[in-house]
Amino acid sequence: MTAKSIVPLTREQMAWRAAQDLREGDYVNLGIGIPTLAASFVPKGREVIFHSENGILGMGPKPEPGKEDPYMVDAGKNKTTLVPGGCFVHHADAFLMIRGGHLDVSLLGAFEVSETGDLANWTTEDPAFPPGVGGAMDLAVGARAIRVIMEHTSKSGEPRILKACTYPLTAAACVKRIYTNLAVIDVTAQGLSVVEMIAGMTLEKLQTMTEPKLQLAPDWQVLAPPAAPEARAA
Amino acid sequence: MIDKQVKTTADAVAGVRDGSTVLVAGFGAVGVADHLLDALHEQGARELTIVANNSGNGDQGLARLINSGRVRKVICSYPRSGDYSAFLNAYRSKSLELELLPQGTISERMRCHAAGLGGFFSPVSAGTKLGQGKETREIDGRLHVFEKPLKGDVALIKANKADRWGNLTYIKSARNFNPVMAMAADLTVVEVDTMVELGELDPEAVVTPSIFVDRIVVVGAHA
Repeated sequence: MTAKSIVPLTREQMAWRAAQDLREGDYVNLGIGIPTLAASFVPKGREVIFHSENGILGMGPKPEPGKEDPYMVDAGKNKTTLVPGGCFVHHADAFLMIRGGHLDVSLLGAFEVSETGDLANWTTEDPAFPPGVGGAMDLAVGARAIRVIMEHTSKSGEPRILKACTYPLTAAACVKRIYTNLAVIDVTAQGLSVVEMIAGMTLEKLQTMTEPKLQLAPDWQVLAPPAAPEARAA
Repeated sequence: MIDKQVKTTADAVAGVRDGSTVLVAGFGAVGVADHLLDALHEQGARELTIVANNSGNGDQGLARLINSGRVRKVICSYPRSGDYSAFLNAYRSKSLELELLPQGTISERMRCHAAGLGGFFSPVSAGTKLGQGKETREIDGRLHVFEKPLKGDVALIKANKADRWGNLTYIKSARNFNPVMAMAADLTVVEVDTMVELGELDPEAVVTPSIFVDRIVVVGAHA
């Protein structure tokens, strides 16, 4: 590997980076997929409270083998746990928390994000299958900060940060920050601002993989997570 | 003496009519009244509209009702969960209608009916495909869509403990849709793990108060 090679972040590294922005005392909902991984990368000693749409406030890590509780599932229907201090609410109250602005952060996966923060993450309109929306639209409007974790480009290399989303919208103008495997980008009133890029990346190169115009934040930094972030029980 | 306990699951679902709207609680496989769904299958009501978060799994419960052609319409947020082949086959053959709603909108519409309100404006789905055709209003500079209350003719509820009045407690995340659905139907039918004596449930711990409950049947503990 030469010094100039550019190595995109792994899923764990993307989740690690997003987790660093969660503050002590934040109430956070993590979407299914890479966002779920963020729970285990919250810095040690920082207390973050995780919310699950099916009525858990204070969700813990996945259970140890053999200690699964049939009454404890997360939004993806995977077995989960409760932390000390956690509690249960019924479904309408779980969504009251989401919709009513009570959550500090909603960390979501996405297919596409537009330069104005429009989010598309619920359907690709595959005619062979029924659509499913789950809590995606609720999560995209309610939290104080909506952030997205996604690969910078599609599998075929097409940009996923676009001037306008091509897939149906989940919500308009909601995303404030995007964590990709190449950069951290803020959606601002003045446009997309690159606040971090991985080592070796240049704005010019990043621009070729991004449809709308990017600006480099004056105080931008190198995005350099640990090579293999250490996961711990959240 | 008030006693809402009935002997069998067949007694519990007796009288459910063709064309009924049935609220089916649960999230995935957790907190689902499986015995009552089986009893409803035996009971034979047809042309049902089902309100649920998911669309059934395998060939049990809701999936079995769908496979038997009893379901005309499903109102849900996420049909693509687990082995949803029963729903998928019916959906592809167009023998069943899907009304897709954001998850929080489903529960809030039911709570709205329970609270005697005529509807509410929500920012969720405003400006999206799922908001199309709905009345809109800009409130404090933000677009909202109007959502109508959603009422069940019957609710099928899974609880942990009940007393003879119908006070209910739940276990952990198996609570999910149960309390809100229990409030939102004309006939609320509950399957429980155990019955306890009146006064035995800690009044501070009762989640669904008896006023919302009509019939209770004991099915024993199961996961």
